[in-house]
Amino acid sequence: MDFNDTPKETAFREEVRTWLDANVPTKDELEGLDEIARCKLWQKRKYDAGWACLRWPKEYGGRDATAIENVIWGQEESKFSVPAGVFAIGQGMAAPTLMSWATEDQKRHHLPPLASGENIWCQLFSEPAGGSDLAAARTKAERDGDDWIINGQKIWTSGAHYSDYGIIVLRTDPSAAKHKGLTYFFLDMKSPGIEIKPIKQISGGANFNEVFFNDVRVPDSQRLGAVGQGWQVAITTLMNERAAIGGGGGGVGFSRVFQLAQRVNIDDKPAIEDANVRSKLATWYCQESGLKYTGYRSLTALSRGETPGPENSIGKLVGASKMQDMSNFAMDLCELTGALEGPMAEEYGMYPGAFMGAPGGRIAGGSDEIMLNILAERVLGMPQDIRPDKGIPFSDIPTGSNN
Amino acid sequence: MNFEFSDEQNLLREQAQGFLADNCPPATVRKILESDQPYDKELWQQIAELGWLSTVIPESHGGLGLSYYELSVIAEEIGRVLAPVPFSSSVYLATEALLMGGSEQQQQTYLPKLATGEIIGTFAFGEAAGRPSAKSLTTTFKDGKLNGTKVPVADGSIADFAIVVAKSETGVSVVMADLDGVTKNPARTIDQSRKHAELVFEDTPAEVLGGTSDGWSFTNKLLDRAAVLFAWEQVGGAQAALEQAKTYAMERYAFGRPIAGFQAIKHKLAHAYVKNTLARSNGYYGAWALDGDEAELPLAAATCRVSAIQAFYYASKENIQTHGGMGFTWEFDCQFFYRRAKLLSVNIGSEGWWQDRLITAYEQSNVATAA
Repeated sequence: MDFNDTPKETAFREEVRTWLDANVPTKDELEGLDEIARCKLWQKRKYDAGWACLRWPKEYGGRDATAIENVIWGQEESKFSVPAGVFAIGQGMAAPTLMSWATEDQKRHHLPPLASGENIWCQLFSEPAGGSDLAAARTKAERDGDDWIINGQKIWTSGAHYSDYGIIVLRTDPSAAKHKGLTYFFLDMKSPGIEIKPIKQISGGANFNEVFFNDVRVPDSQRLGAVGQGWQVAITTLMNERAAIGGGGGGVGFSRVFQLAQRVNIDDKPAIEDANVRSKLATWYCQESGLKYTGYRSLTALSRGETPGPENSIGKLVGASKMQDMSNFAMDLCELTGALEGPMAEEYGMYPGAFMGAPGGRIAGGSDEIMLNILAERVLGMPQDIRPDKGIPFSDIPTGSNN
Repeated sequence: MNFEFSDEQNLLREQAQGFLADNCPPATVRKILESDQPYDKELWQQIAELGWLSTVIPESHGGLGLSYYELSVIAEEIGRVLAPVPFSSSVYLATEALLMGGSEQQQQTYLPKLATGEIIGTFAFGEAAGRPSAKSLTTTFKDGKLNGTKVPVADGSIADFAIVVAKSETGVSVVMADLDGVTKNPARTIDQSRKHAELVFEDTPAEVLGGTSDGWSFTNKLLDRAAVLFAWEQVGGAQAALEQAKTYAMERYAFGRPIAGFQAIKHKLAHAYVKNTLARSNGYYGAWALDGDEAELPLAAATCRVSAIQAFYYASKENIQTHGGMGFTWEFDCQFFYRRAKLLSVNIGSEGWWQDRLITAYEQSNVATAA
């Protein structure tokens, strides 16, 4: 075993580094631009040089690169502080769905502007009545000539307010069983009748939105898959979601809390000398190390041209709770000042920031409970839950509410 | 990136798994657990014939000269079936100590016999409750003679010789003592499928393991090396405990369906899968550091040991829980994993001790990086 690149990988990494060194935007270039403009500037530059969406076919704006090349690109790009994020849903979830289900014309029309960063896409799946139970979508689409007319509400839509397009799952047949009455579309987010309201989170930010649909028209030509096949299409999107979301330590990890424990005291001695502190930190170190080397095992599979096993699916589950527990513990280490936020706080309030953000990490992109179900069912082969909603018309499923 | 066992190593795993499934079923573990027999002699003989004892011994000393990856593969399979044989004592501890510090003559005398299983070696370290230190040792080595009591010593009643950690005029010495004529009293442990003894040394002749001037550092390095191999046994045991729990949950009906369909059971076992996966990946890290004798071995060893202790404890206790009342009966095999998990979690130092070692190793590696 070793951690080395193959000669081919080494050459590719060199090529990537050389290009990044010469092309990563400078502070001056980004000065005065808002976050979206910054992201667009960097994405366009990558696209023009053939470094956007590496895995995609060239004809759709990609590079026809291998999976391991894509990973190497990601490793090298992440060494720089480059503007990123607003394209994750479009490129990571909408695009793979388009590639599997759209017509050739649609692919040629929509994929290159996704790769170049010209268009931003969002995902309209969750509803007030269906979070983990995505197939319970009630927002309806009714056929009207060549169009469909949408009425209802979606929720938790990241970036809806600045998106150009959205992918959406809609109820087209309430008399069919839950999973059979759904149809999948993509639509223009500037369509008349769409109203977007930001949702303020406990962390203070507002990354999500509620999206209301009042007689919004979408052409039937923007349907992906057959009428009633929406759940199957949605699976394509969801399969890519967990890959796109990942663990995300948010900066609160072992080395930072270790350093904090060196700085603050317990009984006039550095906290790091305390047995309880050492014990807790060691366990988190083992988790980080375990995730890191699990990742290396997956990379090895990619490097050999194989498909990684299911082991990588533990990342978000372990990472999100670890961040919550570590930020909680870091605040404890600060004792009476632990609850301070902002400039008066240790490290400008990084720990309370992570503490307030962590609950979201445990819910977004599949809650802890859903992730555990997935591991038990798909990896360990244990049976699914008994489903009272199976095989009966959607309209007859109990909802626990009057609407 | 090449962070995976090779095809040859995986082939060895398949062979080992097949052999142990046939020759070390749970009945073999129970036979030793329920009797006074110190180990399964026949199984030990077969393992010796397969060459597993000689995996990392150089060819010049009668071994196969393979890497620690092969030994890790075997350790995992030994751990999976909880084999009641002195494999860890003789291979991870006695053989390792000789490879690390034995003089040319000691190596020539002992390694070929350890390789064939003609002799069994063990490691005598523990004395009293509490975390051992260079100061806490009461066994003494003076003028070539050992005096004191070591307990519990794994396989102490069957071992031909022991590597003994003792207080000496130079501080701490690691010495080799022939166990002929040494008083051996049975020492009952939580896991009687692996027998232990109390060894009483009374002016027992012993020789310093050549090249070990600083016996306490030597002991710690030996513990680091053994910790990686024990971790692989623990990973194997944890995996088997999870499989046993899952198999039972799929077959056991309650409230009209298999209990494997209830989220309370699914989530429990999914958590075990997560812990096992982390422990396994850390085991890869440990095997890499052990095989290359990397500078970060102390950190890697502590990481994989802590991770493996946590995984095996969780899987073995939740395996009993998943079985309900039957899991608590003597008749069921769930107890084997629970017993072995606890034995292996203290035999070369507890989770807390190794957590402390992990942070110490990290501090030292950081200092080293900064310098």
